[in-house]
Amino acid sequence: MTTETHEFVPNHETPNWVWYASILSAAVLGWLAYGQLVPFSQWVTGLFPVARDSHTGEAIAFFAYDVPKVLLLLTGIVFVTGVLRSWFSPEKTRAILAGKREILGYPLAALLGVLTPFCSCSSVPLFIGFVSAGVPLGVTFSFLIAGPMVGPVGLGLLYGLVGWQIATIYLVFGFSIATVAGYVMGKMGLERYLQDWVRELNAGPVGDLPQIEVTFVDRLKIGVEQVREIVGKVWVWVLIGIGIGALIHGYVPEAMMLKIMGGDAWWSVPAAVVVGVPMYTNAAGVIPIVEALLGKGAALGTTLAFMMSVIALSLPEMIILKQVLTLRLIAIFIAVVSAGILATGYLFNFLL
Amino acid sequence: MKSVKVYGPGCKRCATTEKMVRDAAAKLGIDVAIEKVTDAKSIAMAGVMSTPGIAVDGKLVHAGGLPDQARLEQWLGA
Repeated sequence: MTTETHEFVPNHETPNWVWYASILSAAVLGWLAYGQLVPFSQWVTGLFPVARDSHTGEAIAFFAYDVPKVLLLLTGIVFVTGVLRSWFSPEKTRAILAGKREILGYPLAALLGVLTPFCSCSSVPLFIGFVSAGVPLGVTFSFLIAGPMVGPVGLGLLYGLVGWQIATIYLVFGFSIATVAGYVMGKMGLERYLQDWVRELNAGPVGDLPQIEVTFVDRLKIGVEQVREIVGKVWVWVLIGIGIGALIHGYVPEAMMLKIMGGDAWWSVPAAVVVGVPMYTNAAGVIPIVEALLGKGAALGTTLAFMMSVIALSLPEMIILKQVLTLRLIAIFIAVVSAGILATGYLFNFLL
Repeated sequence: MKSVKVYGPGCKRCATTEKMVRDAAAKLGIDVAIEKVTDAKSIAMAGVMSTPGIAVDGKLVHAGGLPDQARLEQWLGA
């Protein structure tokens, strides 16, 4: 390598130990800050001329506690996920799933859906890439449902804000819905409802990417890049979500919540799904709302149904998929996934 | 003259990638013709599954995420 080309790669001149040291100190600082959330929120709330136990005081305290908490958790989760996912790629996942017709293909696809990095803006090329290379349609659906449904951001925040019990329930049922919905759709033989041009692409070309050696520091960089990109994009949704959560926490009377989202009203579960689907936000935005709802006594099943339909079924995603799926197939997709969500909602309202 | 294709449906990262290619080419003093491919069918046909993707002179060199600056200059300079 000549000195001239060396000039072009300043990134590579940062020694590895600087990377390790920076990330370690960021983790320690984050940890220490996380321990100061309660005093911090009390201090912020004290700045406002309102009584702590008034409606407004409660709302402010919720907001001042949740904003730094969610942002810290989000940063940590996105970083760790970014690093872990750097071992996976859509190309490798496709090679694993191609031709997997047996029943194990579905949970495997759901698992890889959680681990494979992909952004919703490339779900169309990814869908075509999978189907044209012989990944069965149902297996592809399991993959596509699991990705957003049991994403690490939603799970991690649920764990941090609501508790491990509900996070575990969500993980188990979200994963099962992705697996079973894919299996059911696989059995329905829906290939004929793909858009014509997709069906005609048989065994599409497999992109031949040059192998690039990835060092551990490269993976750390991917994690940092993910934090910059994702946290930089979703913080607005986080603030909106926490704002709504704060209003619910401060102002909505428990009696009213029990009436609307209590377990006794049979219609509350389907209503939660109907309200949830058109709501466009992401896991980071919806979990603070879930936290406030559960705190006010909303039934677990109803709340789970709401959360799942917001995260897993979104209208913009359907509009993107319209390029490859016919309306009929999209309707079947929504119906099957909603059925799983409804069943989960009713089950928990019935059990608890 | 090198022909570079940037594959992506038009998300922010795809625009950033195009700009990176342009800047890198300007820095290296290489003449490039950049074509943005935004149509889902053409993206899929090129074998790109995660966007943005980059092909230089018809050969796919990158798919998924922003390219590394140093590697981008390598691909363009090769």
